[in-house]
Amino acid sequence: MMRPYQPKKNVQKKAYYTDRFWVAPRIPEEPVPENSPYAEDLKAVKKACKVLNAYIQRGQLVIYINPEENVAALKALKETRGYEMLSELSAVDFLAQRGGFEVFYQLLNLSEARRLRVKCFVKENQAVESVNPLFRSADWAEREMWDLMGVKVNNHPYLKRLIMPDDWEGHPLRKDYPLEGDEFAQWYEVDKIFGKEARDIIGPENRDPGRVDRYDTERFARLGHEVPRGAPAEMADKEEETPLSYQEEEGVFLIEKFSEENSKVLDKRK
Amino acid sequence: MAQHQVNYAQSGGLPVALTTVDKLLNWGRSNSLWALTYGLACCAIEMMASGASRYDFDRFGVIFRASPRQADVMIVAGTLTKKHAEFIRRLYDQMTEPKWVISMGSCANTGGMFNTYATVQGADRVIPVDLYLPGCAPRPETLQYAMMLLQQKIRRESANKSQKPKRLV
Repeated sequence: MMRPYQPKKNVQKKAYYTDRFWVAPRIPEEPVPENSPYAEDLKAVKKACKVLNAYIQRGQLVIYINPEENVAALKALKETRGYEMLSELSAVDFLAQRGGFEVFYQLLNLSEARRLRVKCFVKENQAVESVNPLFRSADWAEREMWDLMGVKVNNHPYLKRLIMPDDWEGHPLRKDYPLEGDEFAQWYEVDKIFGKEARDIIGPENRDPGRVDRYDTERFARLGHEVPRGAPAEMADKEEETPLSYQEEEGVFLIEKFSEENSKVLDKRK
Repeated sequence: MAQHQVNYAQSGGLPVALTTVDKLLNWGRSNSLWALTYGLACCAIEMMASGASRYDFDRFGVIFRASPRQADVMIVAGTLTKKHAEFIRRLYDQMTEPKWVISMGSCANTGGMFNTYATVQGADRVIPVDLYLPGCAPRPETLQYAMMLLQQKIRRESANKSQKPKRLV
């Protein structure tokens, strides 16, 4: 098989090297073995709702269901199969590839030491039903999912942002959210503390901490010297010298300096 | 019987020490810098070590206070997040004049390695800072040195400076 051709004209623009022969690793998916506890689990879920896909991955059962039936599936697993604990719940961003999120529920059967994952695919702006009545641990996990991913949860008792501030805009763990933040995020503390009109005073160039000014290497005060702020480059060699010392040379008012002659060293314990 | 010796050759023959109000006030201020207990991240561990017996901040007169109204100096020890930015401003405003701010560690200076949407890129974007401490995290000796430099700074300036607004970056 031939590799697809990729244009290499812009190869210098990339900041890092990418291996052309790299293939994304995929964990193998195995069929669910007959007469195993996982087969029983799958049977219980099939009785409660429609199963789209099911396989064993790394020794754990993964079940795909429709997002509308998540409560029914988890209820069946909890009440008939002993999955009493919801250890994790979150969403994976597939907005670019498939236009939605993969919501997963990681369950744990404490008495038989088995783990199981229930997955469902939700479209952007599609809501899932809250599993909070079944598992109390879903409370904060669903709030976090809403906060960072923007997956809405229906019938949640208190769907409020968990990690970001309440007045935040956007969902920062989405893959299309810039790491340095959008315009709202970059000016958040300025807008809140000093007001929006302070944006013009500060200037957008001072928002970027990675900005490199060509004067950075000459217009800064060296240790023990001082240059006024915004001084022209010619001032660099006319820096005012300020001596570096732990204390003033002439001593400090009302404070006696420690002198070795007047001190006494104890050579053995009292 | 021991008698109090007066050195009549000193201070014009009087048993007094002559000074200025400035010096006296600055002596008091620089030697009882009460710091606000303000640990935000891992730098707070070093700040706690500075306050504990091995490094012993008390001998500088630096006593940690849990209330901004009793504090003179705010040591911003750790990463300042955007969610917390309004609170640091409020605490700074609640401190009584004169007040000073030490920005401790890379995160408080420039945001450090967290060039992200959630981190304020330097505490000086929210409150005016007097002293920047480099390090990640600075050792307690560095914080002690910063305190001594701040003491020098206080002794240098005039005691009742007209409260000119400090510059923000």
